[in-house]
Amino acid sequence: MKQLNRKLLRDLLHLKGQMFAVTAVVLCGVAVFVSMSNVKYSLEASRADYYGRYRFADVFMQVKRAPEFYREAVSRIPGVANVATRIVTDVTIDVPGLDEPATAHLVSLPGRGASSLNGVYIAEGRMPELSKTEEVVVSRPFLEANHLKPGDHIGAVINGRWKRLLIVGSGLSPEYIYEVQPGAFFPDNRRFGIFWMNRKALESALDMSGAFNDLSLTLAHGASEKEVIRRLDRMFSRYGSLGAYGRDQQISDRFIGDEIRILGMEITVLPAIFLVVAVFLLNIVLQRLVSTQREQIAVLKAMGYSDEDIGLHVLGFALVPAVGGIILGSGLGAWLGSGLLKIYGEVYNFSRLLYVFRYENAIAASLLSLGAAVGGAIAASRRAVLLPPAEAMRPEAPAVYRPGLLDRPELAGRFPVPVRIIVRNIERHPWKALLSVTMIALSIAILVSGRYTYDSVERMSEVEFGLRHREDVTVIFNNPMPPSTRFDFRSMAGVLEAEYYREEPVRLSSGYRSRRQILKGLQRADGLQRLIDAHGQPRSLPAHGLLLTTTLADILGVRPGDLLEVEFLQGSRRSMQVPVAGTIDEILGLSAYIRLDELNRMAGDGGALNAAVLKLDGTRRLKLYERFKHLPGVGGIMMLQALRASFDEMLTKSMNTSTFVLTAFACVLAFAMIYNGARITLSERARELSSLRVLGMTKREIAFILLGEQALFCIAAIPVGFLIGILLSVLLARMLSSELYRLPLVFSATNFIFAFAVLVTVAIVSGLVVGRRLLTLDLIAVLKTRE
Amino acid sequence: MTPVLQVSGLTKVYRMGEVSVTALSDVSLDFSGGELVVLLGASGSGKSTLLNIIGGLDQPTSGSISFKGVDLTSASEARLTEYRRRSIGFVFQFYNLISSLTARENVKLVTELVGNPISSEEALRLVGLGDRMDHFPSQLSGGEQQRVAIARAVAKRPELLLCDEPTGALDYITGKLVLEVIERINRELGTTTLVITHNVSIAGMADRVITLRSGAVIEDRHNASKLSPSELSW
Repeated sequence: MKQLNRKLLRDLLHLKGQMFAVTAVVLCGVAVFVSMSNVKYSLEASRADYYGRYRFADVFMQVKRAPEFYREAVSRIPGVANVATRIVTDVTIDVPGLDEPATAHLVSLPGRGASSLNGVYIAEGRMPELSKTEEVVVSRPFLEANHLKPGDHIGAVINGRWKRLLIVGSGLSPEYIYEVQPGAFFPDNRRFGIFWMNRKALESALDMSGAFNDLSLTLAHGASEKEVIRRLDRMFSRYGSLGAYGRDQQISDRFIGDEIRILGMEITVLPAIFLVVAVFLLNIVLQRLVSTQREQIAVLKAMGYSDEDIGLHVLGFALVPAVGGIILGSGLGAWLGSGLLKIYGEVYNFSRLLYVFRYENAIAASLLSLGAAVGGAIAASRRAVLLPPAEAMRPEAPAVYRPGLLDRPELAGRFPVPVRIIVRNIERHPWKALLSVTMIALSIAILVSGRYTYDSVERMSEVEFGLRHREDVTVIFNNPMPPSTRFDFRSMAGVLEAEYYREEPVRLSSGYRSRRQILKGLQRADGLQRLIDAHGQPRSLPAHGLLLTTTLADILGVRPGDLLEVEFLQGSRRSMQVPVAGTIDEILGLSAYIRLDELNRMAGDGGALNAAVLKLDGTRRLKLYERFKHLPGVGGIMMLQALRASFDEMLTKSMNTSTFVLTAFACVLAFAMIYNGARITLSERARELSSLRVLGMTKREIAFILLGEQALFCIAAIPVGFLIGILLSVLLARMLSSELYRLPLVFSATNFIFAFAVLVTVAIVSGLVVGRRLLTLDLIAVLKTRE
Repeated sequence: MTPVLQVSGLTKVYRMGEVSVTALSDVSLDFSGGELVVLLGASGSGKSTLLNIIGGLDQPTSGSISFKGVDLTSASEARLTEYRRRSIGFVFQFYNLISSLTARENVKLVTELVGNPISSEEALRLVGLGDRMDHFPSQLSGGEQQRVAIARAVAKRPELLLCDEPTGALDYITGKLVLEVIERINRELGTTTLVITHNVSIAGMADRVITLRSGAVIEDRHNASKLSPSELSW
């Protein structure tokens, strides 16, 4: 076998271009699989590690105000392990160097001896001293975004009083891995941060002595979360509970969980495409190899090499590039994975990111790739084994051709001979042609679907920030305001338009299905805040009844015309039947809308307002911001354009990376296919092409015959690729959509033009690389011998 | 009569690694228009090298070659392609037909390249294949394939027809059939024809017989009386 191995090595070297293409395809598949799965498991491991070390709670609940002694009662609920109570509130802050007002989410730290859940990791500095009421630990992303550090001061309006806070530490918490303002979907670290301070300080500032408004608990092993939640809801209903919920509805955990779910899907789709292409490539390359080596194989058999030796020899041609691809791919995957994880680390804030290289994954990828290689080689190997030595010694009979498409009487003579050569070759191997087209199309599809997610998220941002919200600022009140005493924003100089809305926590139920939900009462749907569906179409507010987002209606199992039980979770705690007037297919989240006056009537409390949305005069903006910073009773201010900018920045960063990686991989795929196709055509037809050169054809003329076939494949692959790309995108949209958001189906012209341009470039490069070989075609040698 | 092709002092040395092999040494020959020349020689005698240089596929190491007074020794690659395209007809030992094209289309392949060709149908009738024009190579016998190759070579009315072992892959009967076609082309179209062979018997049909050995001409004689190919035997 030693000499056979030497032959294998030499032949591999001779076929280096084609073998390199196969290696590259396997490499891409393995690299994608290894990197993505490493990131997935790293995120999972980092999350588990973080949750464990900092005692992330299992169940959460917000109440208006409940006496502290209830903590004891809660801890006696069967299945509850640890309970922590806190005081939590949102306030407006004045950040040095920032014109606009920002929002701080104040969270109390446990007093001495109190049990603590959702612990704070101190990245820098220290915890506040128990006696100091002005000391705060601030979330690291907020400090970094605002270039602040421990030792700096920040002004805040707490319960109507201006207070100067001293930053003593930079912290992180498992509760805010994804740090986002309540009501927003995207992080804006410049204008929203978490501030941890002593409970005593918050108690006195908010008049919450001996009380709490936030409760979290961990469950004992084997406890029923559902049962605990049910008992909590009953216990705290009269304290303004908005309903307890598990981790599945904790906003930060939902986002990170969703990200992990998406990675899990990407692990399967992309590598599968690469492995399918590797199978196909190996198949055609090795089939060709066996035909060119039939005489050598015959000689080997005549010399006494067994079928097994020959079969393994041919398999070797598949296994060597596959193993090369696996080794390089695992290395590249490990490297890419750690880079990707860093990018994730910029959006998701972990106390420490654990990078996990899962050997199981690398082994799984290796086994799959080896399987693909063997799968691609098996037919060629069989052919070599079955070749009877005597027959193999004779040259292969001329290829059989039959009259085809261009021989129809109406077409006969219309096309020049080189075109006929190309068309006949395609007609002779229609399956091979179809597969080649499909494989090239797959690379286009990767590009199209890769860019689709970008276009889709961009549309999301457009609809959300451009169409749905036309206000500049949202001012959220700390406590609901009666309509009579509402802030009169309209009278402030520089406020062009103002609208108000009310948000009521309710439980919506239909039969056995029910859901905690914020019911939003709007004054109108055609003013600053509009109702826009996923297609960008405006919708009006029904005259009577509820307007539910489609996903929410599906979850509740209701359709327009059905009655829904609406139970208020605060205030009067009334409960009534309200008809569902319609559904709206919104992009983000789950929402229920109703007319403000109807909501006020239902609540039976004479009306209330939770927030105002404002359109500002650009020239007086700064003055207004200064005023907002000191406005009492304001729990949060959201700046729409700033949110959009930070979202777009984040999007661009992550998209640039993934577009680059996907484009590189798609190029490898397209190049491998086109280059190999042309190389095989060249080796199959070197003799014919040389004969044509001897007969007087120019290099350009034979290059046309050689590359014309691949060019036709590329042209055919473009529409097919677009189609597969669109189908893949629809599949992606379905898989990636969750309760948090739905990816709208958007296909921009740029997307298709980009994919087209990439393919054309790759095709030209492949053509040039193969075309170079035509220059060195040995005209004399091919005339001497067959093959 | 001025010679169509003049070869003088032609030497070709191949470098093969560390050894150099002299394939031709100091060969000088003139070919007149309309001659049927048989170039005889054992394998390794240099006859194929000579044919390749004459056909514009290869360049000599030294010496010169001129076609109708035009020097080919220093001609560019493009000029040589043009020379092959306009003036030379090649017939190969293994026919070298394009398997994806029918007999007619194989001939058309060259008629499309030049200005005043014989129509592909006429060329195929000339080689006796008027009834097999739309067959693919895989549907033709070896002799038939070689005749298609001859039709393809002559259809562009070349001034020089170069045949490299045209009967080498054929049986006796078919081989003679092919030689008859070559002889007829030479007679009827007046094409200067060069047939390379190691088969001495074929020399009988030539106007002139040149014998090569070890890269040098050892004999150059004119046949007093030509035999028709049917009278040959080997």
